[in-house]
Amino acid sequence: MRAPDTPILAKGDVLLAVENVSLSFGGVKALTDVSFDIRKGEIRAIIGPNGAGKTSMLNCINGFYHPTEGRITFKGATRRRMRPYEAARGGIARTFQNVALFKGMTTLDNIMAGRSLKMRRGFFWQALRQGPALQEEVEHRRVVEDIIDFLEIQAIRKVPVGKLPYGLQKRVELGRALAMEPELLLLDEPMAGMNLEEKEDMSRFILDVNQQFGTTIALIEHDMGVVMDLSDRVVVLEYGRKIADGKPEEIKRDQRVIDAYLGVAH
Amino acid sequence: MFYREAGQYKTSYAADMAVFPLREDRIGLAVIILAAYALAFTRNDFLLQAVMIPFLIFSLAAIGLNLLTGYAGLLSLGTGGFMGVGAYACYKLMTAFPEVNVLVWILLSGFFSAAVGVLFGLPSLRIKGFYLAVATLAAQFFLQWAFNRIPWLYNYNLSGAIEAPLRTLFGVPIIGPTATAEVRYLVVLTLVIGLTWVASNLVHGRIGREWMAIRDMDIAAELMGIKLFQTKLLAFAVSSYYCGVAGAMLVFLWYGGAEYTVFDINQSFFILFMVIIGGLGSLIGSFFGAALIFIMPIGLGIALPALLGPFGINVGAEVIEQLRFMIVGALIIFFLIVEPHGLARLWQIAKQKLRVWPFPY
Repeated sequence: MRAPDTPILAKGDVLLAVENVSLSFGGVKALTDVSFDIRKGEIRAIIGPNGAGKTSMLNCINGFYHPTEGRITFKGATRRRMRPYEAARGGIARTFQNVALFKGMTTLDNIMAGRSLKMRRGFFWQALRQGPALQEEVEHRRVVEDIIDFLEIQAIRKVPVGKLPYGLQKRVELGRALAMEPELLLLDEPMAGMNLEEKEDMSRFILDVNQQFGTTIALIEHDMGVVMDLSDRVVVLEYGRKIADGKPEEIKRDQRVIDAYLGVAH
Repeated sequence: MFYREAGQYKTSYAADMAVFPLREDRIGLAVIILAAYALAFTRNDFLLQAVMIPFLIFSLAAIGLNLLTGYAGLLSLGTGGFMGVGAYACYKLMTAFPEVNVLVWILLSGFFSAAVGVLFGLPSLRIKGFYLAVATLAAQFFLQWAFNRIPWLYNYNLSGAIEAPLRTLFGVPIIGPTATAEVRYLVVLTLVIGLTWVASNLVHGRIGREWMAIRDMDIAAELMGIKLFQTKLLAFAVSSYYCGVAGAMLVFLWYGGAEYTVFDINQSFFILFMVIIGGLGSLIGSFFGAALIFIMPIGLGIALPALLGPFGINVGAEVIEQLRFMIVGALIIFFLIVEPHGLARLWQIAKQKLRVWPFPY
């Protein structure tokens, strides 16, 4: 799905650049003059206290919100207003803070829906469901089965996702995002509400995705242990402003971050 | 005991993705289709004309609405209007070009209602749920007005009605006054089976998944790269196509003639109830719904006098009629309380139980 004129980026090149982005809803400023970049192949964490604008930032990146000011450059192309499906076509996938699965559909269908963009057969063949259309379904099913194996969710393949426990739903949602074979994967609190074991599983999946598939990951997470262990670089937001940006060990030592977020030592 | 999936291994994804992966289901379906065709040879005019033909036609209309409301999650009250577009388009086409076979026109007339459906589906990008239903109500009223007030649509007939002219297939009359119930039944049955097969293909593939994705979580669907607007309009187009074909069949293969009042808001509600009771998002549910809403009252009309007779209760036809309404109403409420997801869910549960029968689990 790569457009022919977009450059092929090497690991470490800037994949996505956020420059001076501000976002306001009426008088409420959600983001003020935020700049940072995400490099190809890294795990970039976005942290901050509640209401700091982390999710708003992700929403700007994949086109749900349009920044009031500033610009976002993805793979060298700057778009003033990007629609979410354009972001998807460009290779940005996303999971949500509150699981946003297709509840009435099975695990398999959910992940297959993630392949929608890559399916080519038009209405005519779909209506017949023979020959090329069936062949295409099988091809994509094969990819989806690889993802199911990878996430170890074989047993719930044909279960409607609405019936699954929360931890598994999160995993299916990750699978659905992976089915898009994204270049940039945005994870909004992938471990919220999970127990330790589930967190460890999810961390392993995130690292594997990053290392095996080379997917760049932007991650919002509240569990500091997870953030510090997983991420290559961390950006910290507070009240819609960026207050720190750097490697996890630098962030840990940053006085403003400690004051704002990790708590002042008594 | 007779319905087991044990031992039926799938060795290819194609086999696993079949619409009916179980051998028992495939055999059952074949038996039902054969039995349906065999019914034509009973030559029972009442059964064919008063029960089976309308049942199949309403099932098709219910499938049409189910694609829109059950699969794509878009509530519509314009079904009657869209059915009417199919009927009037078919009438215009077959009177203007009598040399072309009428079956072609019945199938093509659906495209006219598809176009009208897309037009009235345009607001669906901005509005959802009840508000969309109200917007489609505009389609219903406008179309019904058009069927009445634009004489060109009914070829300036003084009666204001459209009537089925005589048309034949291989020399056998299939519509018109001399077409027998058996022939019309066979035509209806074949068309309904064919169109149901297409609908089943659509909902089991990419397009069906996109519709359901929009129904369940439109934000996430858009993020998968699904264009909401196009996908919703496609749902309107396909749904209206089915309703349009059903409308054309309703007039020309069942009634033989009709006025604009056939396609009023009651028709829309009638179909909507079938879809809700049958099961939203289920093709087989559309058949169940049509059976419950259409065939059950007929069955009661026959069964009630027979049941009450032995107790010496001889009631008049009008009392039977009232009782019928009450019982059907009560049953609808009963089914909705017992299983809000419709008869299709009950069917699913029954199959699940049958799988392990005689053991409880």
